[in-house]
Amino acid sequence: MQINIILAGVGGQGILTIAAVIDHAALQSGLTVRQAEVHGMSQRGGAVQSHLRISDKEIFSDLIAEGTANLILSVEPLEALRYLPFLAPQGRIVTSTDSFINMEGYPTTEQILDELHRTNHPVLVNAAELAREAGSVRTSNMVMLGAAAPFIGIATEMLEASIEKLFQAKGADIAAMNIRAFRTGQALSQLQATAT
Amino acid sequence: MKQLLLGAEAIALGALDGGISGVYAYPGTPSTEITEYIQKNKGDREQPVRSAWSANEKTAYEAALGMSYAGKRSLVCMKHVGLNVAADAFINSAITGVNGGLVVAVADDPSMHSSQNEQDSRVYGKFAMVPVVEPASQQELYDAARYAFDLSESLKLPVLLRLTTRLAHSRAGVEGTARGTQNQLNAPYAPERFVLMPHNARRQYNNLLAMQAELEEHSEQSWLNRLIPGTGTTGVLAFGIAFNYVMEVRQAYALDCPVLKIGHYPLPRKKIEALFNSCETILVAEEGYPVYEELLRGYFGNTHIKGRLDGTLPRAGELNADSVALALGLAKKEVIPVPAIMVNRPPELCKGCGHRDLYEALNTVMNAHVQQHVFSDIGCYTLGALAPYNAIHTCVDMGASITMAKGAADAGLRPAVAVIGDSTFTHSGMTGLLDAINDRAPLTVIIADNDTTAMTGGQDSSANGSRLLDICRGLGVDEAHLKTIIPLKSHLAENIAVLREEIAWDGVSVVVAQRECIETAARKKRNPAAKA
Repeated sequence: MQINIILAGVGGQGILTIAAVIDHAALQSGLTVRQAEVHGMSQRGGAVQSHLRISDKEIFSDLIAEGTANLILSVEPLEALRYLPFLAPQGRIVTSTDSFINMEGYPTTEQILDELHRTNHPVLVNAAELAREAGSVRTSNMVMLGAAAPFIGIATEMLEASIEKLFQAKGADIAAMNIRAFRTGQALSQLQATAT
Repeated sequence: MKQLLLGAEAIALGALDGGISGVYAYPGTPSTEITEYIQKNKGDREQPVRSAWSANEKTAYEAALGMSYAGKRSLVCMKHVGLNVAADAFINSAITGVNGGLVVAVADDPSMHSSQNEQDSRVYGKFAMVPVVEPASQQELYDAARYAFDLSESLKLPVLLRLTTRLAHSRAGVEGTARGTQNQLNAPYAPERFVLMPHNARRQYNNLLAMQAELEEHSEQSWLNRLIPGTGTTGVLAFGIAFNYVMEVRQAYALDCPVLKIGHYPLPRKKIEALFNSCETILVAEEGYPVYEELLRGYFGNTHIKGRLDGTLPRAGELNADSVALALGLAKKEVIPVPAIMVNRPPELCKGCGHRDLYEALNTVMNAHVQQHVFSDIGCYTLGALAPYNAIHTCVDMGASITMAKGAADAGLRPAVAVIGDSTFTHSGMTGLLDAINDRAPLTVIIADNDTTAMTGGQDSSANGSRLLDICRGLGVDEAHLKTIIPLKSHLAENIAVLREEIAWDGVSVVVAQRECIETAARKKRNPAAKA
């Protein structure tokens, strides 16, 4: 088993929280993990990505080779497209549809959706809205993780236990809210999967 | 139980378990997390570990050398360009040698993710003629940190531990081994080693030269240098993290080429000879400069050696599995292209950042001048070079804003304006300001004091607030031309007036723009217990 995931977003959107949950769950599942992330200048509102690799064997490279990512998990729709050369032919995109516009020339929503729909059954998530329903817009990342959960190759219980662990310091209600957000995302993803 | 650690953190844990008594560092991507990990995790150690930030890499290195002189183990960390700042101390510490183990962990940044060049610190290791270790995985970083301290103490030489961005900032499970204890205080008088007057220096240098064969023998035996046997006529010499990409390709494409992994220098000559004798062609894969490819190729070239110098691998930038696959003759994969609608998303100053208000005021003032050059420096405020501000015109090395502005003023440029951060000012700006004062240069220095080292994630500055003003007074800045402003929208008119007046004045003036970094402020609000 080997899963390659590109996590994408804009500096400050917190993709590393998603990475931390997956990393921990993978390690607890007895799997090998490598997760390369971006620190420094680009964190200031620039495009950021993290290469996350999970395997039951030894992993050599911290970086994912082109055309071998099973999943691009993006918290911003344009950022999902930035890493398309990494996507495997049968790989999936799971992305939030909430645009983050902080530069000139941002394409139209139609243009972005057109490109996303060219890929293999993309899962499109209105993350902010679902997060608000779960209790706070700040749980958007866990909505996205939930939506990606069917493609990560780690048991749902392990991911939920990892969320619990990561958020427990902030209080039981915060942890429960993030679990709720995760489940909302997961339900949406399953719904979209059966629809297509 | 394995812990999930960044490569940088794996070094930190290895150093703590190896019994360091102190770490010395100035923050710099991608090395910052080494020291941060020690600061956060030293609490459960039996003996205290000294870990506060240093003013710059040179002061850090010298303090680490002093701790080693006193018999204890010390770690000193920096990014690659930081070693330029510490180079004087580093090179000469190879001549004096050390007492307690001294390891200098240097994180290079090929592809310049967060740096102004991609210089290769192994060159410095060779230059100083000390052992260099270059691990390839997070676990190896932990093990190599411990090994490097033992090696340093047994050879009585500093050891350079080189890593690159991808390893520093990538997480993996790491397993620690038994904790060591700290060394006792033991400071023998040894002026014949440590007083580098020519008669001592010559003898010490000859000793260092005489040790080189022994260093090479250590490399021959080192666990960091090992052969992955294989068949075939092409062999690979894989240095540091390049080993990972080679092995990735070897696994993915079921290749069977022999691979000699190098992670300990000077080069293990016998191991390399054996590989060369068993193969027709050698691919040299180095992350960074083609330092050893050039050496092995020789001045007149050896066409059996492939690498960065003949275009088999790209000459600049990081390697990856894709570039290595091409170099090993595999066909380029067809991939989904990036759509034509894609636009760049460059980094920017945070919304609400005080630097924005400073640049707005400064741009208004500079627009009234024919010459609008602003010399600047390294930090978050460097982002003022980008739209919408386009406010600064230089960023070269730590502290260069003040000294370059002074030189330009000497040449006749008016006005001469420098923008520098609080942490950069204490790192390398103070001495330049002293030059300007001694020369009565017509220069305005704006210190953007956000109370922290922001770009690297909010580490403590060596001085800010009123202490910065005291430093400027002490250096000789005239009180009448030492001003403070608060870079807020509501103060815009007032800030413009102060800047206009000081920039117009024909002498050294300093304007300190004081407003806390919004990121740091938000973090303190979330966690009031955090150190101010």
